[in-house]
Amino acid sequence: MIQRRQLELWVGVFVAAGLLALAMLAFRVGNLAAGAVTNGYSVQAEFNDIGGLKVRAPVTLAGVRIGRVSSISIDPSNYEAVVTMELDGRYNNIPVDTSASILTAGLLGEQYIGLDPGGSSQYLKNGGRIQVTQSALVLEKIISQFLFNVASKPGAEKK
Amino acid sequence: MNSLRRLGQYVLDSVEGLGRASLFFLEVASGARKLIRRFDLVVQQVFAVGVLTLLIILVSGLFVGMVLGLQGYNTLSKFGAADSLGLLVALSLVRELGPVVTALLFAGRAGSALTAEIGLMKATEQLAGMEMMAVNPVERVIAPRLVAGIISMPLLAALFSAIGVLGGQLVGVGLLGVDSGAFWSQMQSGVSFHEDVLNGVIKSVVFGVVVTWIAVFQGYESVPTSEGVSRATNRTVVYSSLAVLALDFVMTALMFK
Repeated sequence: MIQRRQLELWVGVFVAAGLLALAMLAFRVGNLAAGAVTNGYSVQAEFNDIGGLKVRAPVTLAGVRIGRVSSISIDPSNYEAVVTMELDGRYNNIPVDTSASILTAGLLGEQYIGLDPGGSSQYLKNGGRIQVTQSALVLEKIISQFLFNVASKPGAEKK
Repeated sequence: MNSLRRLGQYVLDSVEGLGRASLFFLEVASGARKLIRRFDLVVQQVFAVGVLTLLIILVSGLFVGMVLGLQGYNTLSKFGAADSLGLLVALSLVRELGPVVTALLFAGRAGSALTAEIGLMKATEQLAGMEMMAVNPVERVIAPRLVAGIISMPLLAALFSAIGVLGGQLVGVGLLGVDSGAFWSQMQSGVSFHEDVLNGVIKSVVFGVVVTWIAVFQGYESVPTSEGVSRATNRTVVYSSLAVLALDFVMTALMFK
């Protein structure tokens, strides 16, 4: 029979190693360290079409991630999509006339929100609203528009 | 007519067994409340159930991670996405393979040992002897084992996933030349703590409850002969593996949309 002290030592090592592994999964593998937004604030924006934007998609300013999309819903009065984003509290000097557009990382990659700062001296506050927005580019719409343009060009029928 | 009767008998027996198992679980759970004063019993069982399972979990985790690295690289490099290897390895481990493979190994290594131990205690009338001495065997023998299983399983699954990620990194970065920065940064941007890591932990806790429950119940209910104990051990491994796989499907369908 193994000594009692030794047994307790082994159990302690086991529990500590397990908790350490859990911490590694949280901080090294997961995004708990990066995802912790310190005293963040949320702003809203309305889009005609959000394409494939999903909750937790990144919000970037000049390519740098400054927040995440926290929820997406529909405004029942005008049928537009309301996107709420949680921005990092360190970036609290974003002008109110900033525009938001839905962009795609790479050709077929994940969609994210890119912010384009305006020139106003007033800053967005918690619960603020971004007025100028640009919807996502939906590939089918672009293709159909392109085909429509080609077909409507004079001389397109004779070949 | 006779086969129909046997089918009915089988269904009735199964339902009765389920009911007995549920009542047994309630009894053990109420017995577990008294363990706060006898925590050394639990520590002893964590050693038997957790620490002794550690080696097989670590070795399997390392190899599963390394194989994931090799296979993932082969497929991903066809699409020019070898940088996403870290994400692939981490997500498959944290969400599915970590909890499920750990639970299967746990059932084979610790569950079978629990059943055999309790079954033998019953066969040699140690449990009856305890009752004679006014010691409740459910509180003294069964409850510490169940609690130890529930404590050990999530820790083992976390260790499996963590060492699997390291194994994937060993093969991906060390052997196949994936960029180390891309490996970790893609992983961190794609793996969410709340949705992936935490759901994996919830899964492993549920598996811990189910596997240990099946193991102690089968041991406690085993026919007290050497053949009965061997059958009970066999049933523990089969039932808990099936339960783990079925529950995993249900939980995955509920958790990840």
